[in-house]
Amino acid sequence: MRRILNVLLISSIAMMLAVPAMAADTIKIGFNIPMTGDIPKVGESSKRSAEMLKADINGAGGLEVGGKKYMLEFVYEDNEAKAESAVTTALKLIERDEILAMIGPNSSKQAVPAGQIADDNGVVMVSPWSTNPDTTLDRPWVFRAAFLDPFQGPVAVNFAVETFNAKTAGVLYDLSNDYSKGLAEIFKDVFETKMGANTVLAFESHGTKDQDFSAQLTKIIATKPDFIFVPDNYNQVALIVQQARQLGYKGEFMGSDAWGSSELMTLCGDVCKGLHFSTHYAAAGATGATKVFIDRYTAKYGETPDDVAALTWDATRVVLLAVQNAGKLTGKLKKDRKAVRKGMQAIASFSGITGNMKFDDQGDPVKCAVVVQISQTGEFEFKKSVCP
Amino acid sequence: MLESIIQNIINALQWGSFYALIALGYTLVYGVLTLINFAHGDVFMVGAYIAFFVSTFFLSALALPGWVALALCIPLTMILTAMVGVTLERIAYRPLRKKGAHRLYVVITALMCGLILEHANLAILGASRKAFPPLIEVHVYNIGGVTFTNLKVAVIITAILVFLFLHWVVTKTRVGMAMRAISYDKFAVPLMGIPLDQIIVVTFVLGSGFAGLAGLLFAMSYPVLDPYMGALIGWKAFIAAVVGGIGDIRGAFLGGFLLGAVEIMVVAFFPSTFRDLIAFSVLLMILTWKPTGLFGIAKTTKI
Repeated sequence: MRRILNVLLISSIAMMLAVPAMAADTIKIGFNIPMTGDIPKVGESSKRSAEMLKADINGAGGLEVGGKKYMLEFVYEDNEAKAESAVTTALKLIERDEILAMIGPNSSKQAVPAGQIADDNGVVMVSPWSTNPDTTLDRPWVFRAAFLDPFQGPVAVNFAVETFNAKTAGVLYDLSNDYSKGLAEIFKDVFETKMGANTVLAFESHGTKDQDFSAQLTKIIATKPDFIFVPDNYNQVALIVQQARQLGYKGEFMGSDAWGSSELMTLCGDVCKGLHFSTHYAAAGATGATKVFIDRYTAKYGETPDDVAALTWDATRVVLLAVQNAGKLTGKLKKDRKAVRKGMQAIASFSGITGNMKFDDQGDPVKCAVVVQISQTGEFEFKKSVCP
Repeated sequence: MLESIIQNIINALQWGSFYALIALGYTLVYGVLTLINFAHGDVFMVGAYIAFFVSTFFLSALALPGWVALALCIPLTMILTAMVGVTLERIAYRPLRKKGAHRLYVVITALMCGLILEHANLAILGASRKAFPPLIEVHVYNIGGVTFTNLKVAVIITAILVFLFLHWVVTKTRVGMAMRAISYDKFAVPLMGIPLDQIIVVTFVLGSGFAGLAGLLFAMSYPVLDPYMGALIGWKAFIAAVVGGIGDIRGAFLGGFLLGAVEIMVVAFFPSTFRDLIAFSVLLMILTWKPTGLFGIAKTTKI
């Protein structure tokens, strides 16, 4: 009996010792995404997209780096869509899970503070969805897959001026959200430079947890703007548009890429139909690799991938490409992380499903934006493409 | 300018109605038990979710017309939410009370109950939001540049009716008399043959039932539900109850409308960036001037 126990003990110790040796053949990528909190759909889309990519690569025997096949291991951690949780999640991934590189956080509110952690610890971070310039600014370790707000702002301005014939605008934004506030300010600057001083008639803010916007909207509507710019998350958009209509506003709205969630239409319903927003890609009417991705995702999960899903796909592929560019993995975390960063910089141009991109000095991609209109069937239809 | 002021008064009345309805629940429980039931905001959230499931069931499974569904939904939501409130009292507050625990521990228990409700909801239903189905057709009326909807008017009238009803219960009925008596001295009153536990259950039924009604109306007015929706509005309603003078029905009602009015009017006349800063500074000044709230009576602790 004792003998059997001894054998068991020895073999289990041997197993434990063997695990690290096996772990050397896997590549660990961490995902810092919001699976609960204000924007859980964003986290879910990211995870679904990443799982699909992982299944593809591991199904084909793994990722080849320097002549050796590595299996992928994705670690998903919830940042609760909070800035402070994104920081602790980043630290957890970097220190406890010993990831090679990090994908996310998605929204700028979390990506700006988490980017600092990634940069300080020397880990490559690629945010799929963050559009605020501060995320990557002066942070050599931080990259992104989305375009920037200073580009998105003018896209919204030009589109509204041309399509709505707008001469004046009203703005409603989320004060406690870096993304929303940054974009609103850029929008105001660009619009007033183009249309003249004080053409943004109302510039109002609200808090993240707010559900009643009647006071702000009453104030905006009283100034009779040609359209209202709402750079807000999809959950707030649903309430804002509805309340504006109930206050008798019949004019146009213009949105930003945070509208582009597949949950927008379930929450907003009919009142959002016909509205426009700028975003990263349009699922309706896509071609080529983008269409293949959309079809596979739809078949697998029963819904059209939103732009977070598409951008996560691109961001993860960029990171994997960088790993391959690194040439060889030594198993020494610090050295490998450095090699991945060199690999990122070595990417000359990347053809993703959200368009072609190349990274500039700040780690930001140069890529096009599209403006979509929400159709009567609730699809996001391509309206116009704008390139830098 | 005038129409925008009237418009904002209507906005404030609607928004204040929700604060008032929730603050009434805080104040009822506090009045009887001197317990700050911090789970109340989350009971309101549970009420909104119950309303969501009940109305979805009536609309899709039974295919009833919206107004029938609403008529059935109101009592059912109130009863079910009241049961949630009573259950909380039964499993969380009563055992502590029986053991003679200090009030502080009961308050902390209430806070935890609120978190449990939030996270149980999160675990069971997932983090994605629910869209509340439209039960009645919302008509937008426009009179001289002032717009309002039938729903807004209904919310405001309901809040006033609930206040009148609760005020009547507390001041005119025997149950109300017992509540006030317990509030006055909860050691002597049971000796007079008043069943303490039953009166407390009635208090929780009333408070939670109307939180359920508030949840239903809130979900109809702001049809996006998430597990944390009750937290912030619950906190603010608590502040409203304190400003009004916690423990007094009139105080909770007026406090709710006052907070709604302050929040809306600050946005109307100042940059909206300063809303919470100015709104809560105003409330702080009211409390400095009258620390027991508008209707509160100073009580000395008996040793």
